Amino acid sequence: MDGQSQIVIERVNHTYRPPRGRSVLALSDVSLEVRPREFLALLGPSGCGKSTLLYLVGGFLPIEAGRIAVKGKTVTAPGPDRGIVFQHFALFPWKTVRANILYGLERQGMPRAERERRAQAFIDLVGLSGFEDSYPSQLSGGMKQRTAIARTLAFDPDILLMDEPFGALDAQTRALMQTELLSIWNRTPKTVIFVTHDVQEAVYLAQRIAVMSARPGRIKAVIETKVDHRDPGVTRSKEFVEKVDEIWNLVREEAIKAEAKKPSA
Amino acid sequence: MQAVMRAGLRYLPLVLLALAWEAVTWLNLVDTSALPPLSKVAVAWIDLIRDGELIDNGKASLYRGSVGLLLAVFGGGGLGLLMARWRLFDNFVNPLVELFYPLPKSALIPVTVLWLGFGDGSKILLIFLGCMIPVTIGAYNGARGSDHALVWSARSMGANRLRMMWDVILPSALPELLNGIRTALALAFILLVSSELIVSQQGFGYLIGYLGSTGSYEGMYAVVLTVAFLGFAADRIYQLFIQWLLAWRE
Repeated sequence: MDGQSQIVIERVNHTYRPPRGRSVLALSDVSLEVRPREFLALLGPSGCGKSTLLYLVGGFLPIEAGRIAVKGKTVTAPGPDRGIVFQHFALFPWKTVRANILYGLERQGMPRAERERRAQAFIDLVGLSGFEDSYPSQLSGGMKQRTAIARTLAFDPDILLMDEPFGALDAQTRALMQTELLSIWNRTPKTVIFVTHDVQEAVYLAQRIAVMSARPGRIKAVIETKVDHRDPGVTRSKEFVEKVDEIWNLVREEAIKAEAKKPSA
Repeated sequence: MQAVMRAGLRYLPLVLLALAWEAVTWLNLVDTSALPPLSKVAVAWIDLIRDGELIDNGKASLYRGSVGLLLAVFGGGGLGLLMARWRLFDNFVNPLVELFYPLPKSALIPVTVLWLGFGDGSKILLIFLGCMIPVTIGAYNGARGSDHALVWSARSMGANRLRMMWDVILPSALPELLNGIRTALALAFILLVSSELIVSQQGFGYLIGYLGSTGSYEGMYAVVLTVAFLGFAADRIYQLFIQWLLAWRE
């Protein structure tokens, strides 16, 4: 099975231990496999541990129980084979757009001329020509996320980990960014794990959707989807709407459970 | 032109204060031995510059102040960053910092003299110890507040822990660190002059004390005003430096 899968998650548990208060079981017995160049969505209600699972794959959090392997190698630390894009962009605010994108290339030890050329290519790819010397504070949310995506793509990770990357954007920008992400993904095929709580977004973008349960997060179902992205009206098609409905029914129960578990404000 | 007007307006109260000072002395409203006229203070200032006293003592003071402050910036900055990122070190050092924080640093003047004598060393040590605290706290709070998503991003792009400290933690901590240094800058002047006033044969503080004890009150006021102006100028220049350094914040 390892030969087929690029990422193997086996029986992973994770306990969240806040500095104060009781620890919480965030993930329980999660197993999942992701194929090379697959676009997989991790879908679930907020607080279900889907981001935690992504961080574990990224190597940002220690794996306490179970195993995560990327290309057969157990994950122990972050590495440039796994790039990450965060909901709130995580751009270095003291660096310009260009310097942000150059950073990963510098750390990889790429020669100067080559990294300048490469950075410019990715600035052009995400449509930020003319904003190379702007600081993140001068950019709109959509432009910040384009910069973050360009920064991650530039150092060419095999795997793209996306943590609700469009969650902080307005509806129009989000729709534009979704289309753009797909077009980029078609040109530079990478394995993508895309965390979201938006059912429609998951159905539109992903080839497979792993639906997670409310806390403690488990994989409740894995569903194949097929969307014809050449059709501009696809999100209004009968099949699309039915697929969204089918998955929404799975998520709804979990969302209700998650809501009930929230501490009353 | 408007900017000049605005700056002029801003410092108008100072000009009025200077005029009032001059007026009350000429109108004999105050004892001129306690408050000599500002014009005479100005004359005394020029004399002090001419015979080199103000320059020589000023050099000594600025040397002590800048060395002490510089040591505090690097020592305190490093200490704060390490405490923020290294739990064990934090547990060990934090109680010491907390204990030292409320201590009036001027109480250490005799101690530093006991250790290092009457010369530059004791002043530098005092300024270093006193100024280190606000710098440490600024660096510590700034680094503690750094966004873990930035740290993770840098790590995933191949930055090792040392690189990350330099590339992410330090710039994240910079706004608070720079504020801490501003407090330290003001503190440096306070500690400098008070230590020189008590035990020294050189420096602004010594000169103030000496002129006061020999009855040259015009000269004494001239030195006090010089120190006040230097402190003010240092703070203004430092704020411009911060603005330039943090231009990315908009």
